Amino acid sequence: MRMLTRFAKLAVVGLTTAMACASAAGAGEVSVAVAANFTDAMRDIARAFETATGHKAVVSFASTGKIYAQIQNGAPFEVFLAADAARPQKAEAEGLAVPGSRFTYAKGKLALWSATENLFSDGEDYLKTGAFSHAAIANPKTAPYGFAARQVLERLGLWDTLSDRLVRGDTIAQAFQFVASGNADVGLLALSQVLALPAGTGSNWEIPETYYEPIVQEAVLLKKGETNPAALAFIDFLKGGTARNITTGYGYAVE
Amino acid sequence: MTFDWSPVLLSLKLATITTLVLLIVGTPIAWRLARLRHWIKQPLVSLVALPLVLPPTVLGFYLLLVLAPNGFVGQIVKGMGLGTIPFTFPGLVIASVFYSLPFAVQPLQNAFEGLGERPLEVASTLRATPLDRFFTVVVPLARPGFLTAAVLSFAHTIGEFGVVLMIGGNIPGQTKVLSVAIYDHVETLEYDQAHVMSAGMLVFAFTVLLVLYAVNGRIAVAEKS
Repeated sequence: MRMLTRFAKLAVVGLTTAMACASAAGAGEVSVAVAANFTDAMRDIARAFETATGHKAVVSFASTGKIYAQIQNGAPFEVFLAADAARPQKAEAEGLAVPGSRFTYAKGKLALWSATENLFSDGEDYLKTGAFSHAAIANPKTAPYGFAARQVLERLGLWDTLSDRLVRGDTIAQAFQFVASGNADVGLLALSQVLALPAGTGSNWEIPETYYEPIVQEAVLLKKGETNPAALAFIDFLKGGTARNITTGYGYAVE
Repeated sequence: MTFDWSPVLLSLKLATITTLVLLIVGTPIAWRLARLRHWIKQPLVSLVALPLVLPPTVLGFYLLLVLAPNGFVGQIVKGMGLGTIPFTFPGLVIASVFYSLPFAVQPLQNAFEGLGERPLEVASTLRATPLDRFFTVVVPLARPGFLTAAVLSFAHTIGEFGVVLMIGGNIPGQTKVLSVAIYDHVETLEYDQAHVMSAGMLVFAFTVLLVLYAVNGRIAVAEKS
């Protein structure tokens, strides 16, 4: 019994110290849920944000559809960076996001990429030859880049013929990993992922933007972050020049 | 709501094949381990039990590396002209065999160890060959062990998720098994389908365990009387 009380006391002391540290000096924390395609850019942005404001950004990466489902089920995210405009709009319509806080933070592009060098120069021809055992895409149901990949393959008339050779990554990040590890020969991936590699790695073909609907990536302030100064600061930072420069550096377009 | 049966059938097919492979592969391993009187026994037993402790992601990660076209096993398979292993049904069977290995080996090993030396000694005085002894003495006596091994391997493979997610590639009809399909439905907010599959799994899992315990209980009672 005495042991127990002592343990309880220790726990209380530990907890209060931790809480005091967390709220020290006005430096806050913001919980950000980010679409997987934006992983590399977001890591840089989070670092710059911390240096500039002293706030800390705690970042979770998943596919847009998954994050949205989690938010619907009460996930404690305060800012949502989606890979489409549809989910942030839905979040706003359902009262999960702060009305009027939506804005486009990036416009994404799609690339056909293989870890093998000199595999193709015209990706369209290569796809049509079908000279590969597996092609990776992100899950079209949950990942906007997967949805765009599906549009490309449908336009090329390859969606049905390739269906049993299309490997679906849980996120565009997993699709990329499948290709980078050589397990899939080729993948329809985010251009930003390819550009994050040393220049000239593998074979790359930028898919013409007329082959798929524009990937407009919107961010939104969620209700849970409405009164958090760190969340508001993050939104401001994301709209600012530093974040925009980082974003364009990864091959995205900005408005 | 149209219900897609293909993940259910795929999971059943995967579990059936995995169980058969595990009984064939697991029996000699369990037999050898049960008879082993050497310090190497404990390390080997630990090795077999590893999948019980390791996160499926560890297994998935190493399988992905080893089975990749430029990986150790991948190159051999490619050299034999068999194509690639990840993202294929045979790939899932290989992964499942590793993943469920302890569920087959441990019950069998326990059953073999429980037999003791006596029945085998008696059988060999009757001039039974080792193979004879195994199939006419050991197998019938270790029946509960075989049943447990088969049922647990089957059920554990049906419940497999993490490894499949990492090396399966979610291809409908080939690698999109039941657990992954449920995950997909939940993540896309298709709760109707998720409900049907999940409730089905719940009933299935309970039934499997109930049958297993009931049958093993009856065997135990029968052997006592």
